[in-house]
Amino acid sequence: MCVVCGCSTGGAGAADHVHEHGDHDHDHGHAHDHGADHAHDHAHEHVHAAAASGDLHYGAGAARVSVPGMSQERAIKLELDVLGANNAVATRNRNHFAAHGVLALNLVSSPGSGKTTLLCATIDYLRETRPALAVAVIEGDQQTANDADRIRATGAPAIQVNTGKGCHLDAEMVEAAFARLPSHDLLFIENVGNLVCPAMWDLGERAKVAILSVTEGEDKPIKYPDMFAAAKLMVLNKTDLLPHLDFDVDKAIAYARRVNPEIEVLRVSARSGEGLEAWAGWLAHELAHAAGRAHEHGHSHGNDGAHEHAKDHAHEHGHADKHSHARPHSHGHHHAHAAPVGTSAPVVAVATAAAGDDSMRSRLAAIEAELVALRAQLGDAA
Amino acid sequence: MHEVSLAGGILKIVEDAQAREGFVSVTRLAIGVGVLAGVEVRALRFALDGLKPGTVLDGAVIEINEEVATAWCLGCDSSVAIASRLDACPNCGSHRLQPTGGTELRVTDLLVRDAVPPETITKE
Repeated sequence: MCVVCGCSTGGAGAADHVHEHGDHDHDHGHAHDHGADHAHDHAHEHVHAAAASGDLHYGAGAARVSVPGMSQERAIKLELDVLGANNAVATRNRNHFAAHGVLALNLVSSPGSGKTTLLCATIDYLRETRPALAVAVIEGDQQTANDADRIRATGAPAIQVNTGKGCHLDAEMVEAAFARLPSHDLLFIENVGNLVCPAMWDLGERAKVAILSVTEGEDKPIKYPDMFAAAKLMVLNKTDLLPHLDFDVDKAIAYARRVNPEIEVLRVSARSGEGLEAWAGWLAHELAHAAGRAHEHGHSHGNDGAHEHAKDHAHEHGHADKHSHARPHSHGHHHAHAAPVGTSAPVVAVATAAAGDDSMRSRLAAIEAELVALRAQLGDAA
Repeated sequence: MHEVSLAGGILKIVEDAQAREGFVSVTRLAIGVGVLAGVEVRALRFALDGLKPGTVLDGAVIEINEEVATAWCLGCDSSVAIASRLDACPNCGSHRLQPTGGTELRVTDLLVRDAVPPETITKE
């Protein structure tokens, strides 16, 4: 046990684990060897100074519970959700999207499931079939602006968010990226390709859409249940390849329903165009809900009302896919966004944003790297 | 890997509590992890141990309590305990379960020490 911080010294990270104040113990009458220029007349002068500047550097003393100048222990009851800070920003995003009548969807999948290809095909298809619909994209990847470049090549505005070492987007990143996009109706947030971590982070989206390509195993929904439990819709992508594969569609759907009885399912091929109309219909339907909830400007929902649902979910009201309020809207919801950017949007580099300051981020990145190394050693698949 | 971000979130909660309460050190930090929270306890402990030095958590004993999950079974209309999202209802065997608890990661308790005002300290 390390005497300074109480950490285990047996772990793999211990070798890199350097304590800046490792050479002074506070239980021996202050024979410090860290320069004679600050005389301690009580134990925690340096702690207070640091606290006053807003930086928290409690490098010394705290390890020894018998440090002079410290009170008896007292208990504080907290019961706070660790994701509470993220969820507060997500709620703000959700309200913001609703106020603008924007449908925001969080697209999650493994790397290589075809998210970006599906998005490009979707944007092209919507332009042909629903030209009034304005689409924008937030692209999350650890590195490169390749995906945002691909989206921009379709003519849709896109913001790339590079998470650095981060394994997921968080609500703050989405808030920053949304503010840089021009006004739009449909916002696709393409998360980092990862079926584990993004399940936990609410971004303020209306729904998570899990994309499972048929070149993957049909048991992914039960291998990564948290993600499929969190999704409203599962898109089975690359269905044009089904004749060449052993992928069992029915089994994949049964597995998905086992972890999420309510999940809707669509079969799509971004390459052949199969299922794109059903997907576009699903999007239009969700958008109607999002827009309808946000602003009441008297839609006349009297037309046919016969839209196709992936499954039998009951409608509390009977409106149709085909809304009678033509887009673009004329009810003044121009975004008050700071810096609208077009198709030449810059890359927004956002580091892992669990904590607020840069030194924390670089420390988190270093720890993350250690964790990756440890997991590799342990042969852990995550 | 998201456990590192979560460790940062835990530290932030403790630092916020410190700003409110004014304590100088934490001797014990208790965390509750629901079994459906998607958190790998071993990875979280590793991340916290890496983060502690130089922070208010320096020297704190970290206690991670795993919390059982509960679900509402749509098959038999009852509340049941489950251990994973793949479980079937222990009563009726249905998989139509909606988790109702055990999905959160929470900071539950802190044991802290305050600084004693300087005039009460015996100079050495």
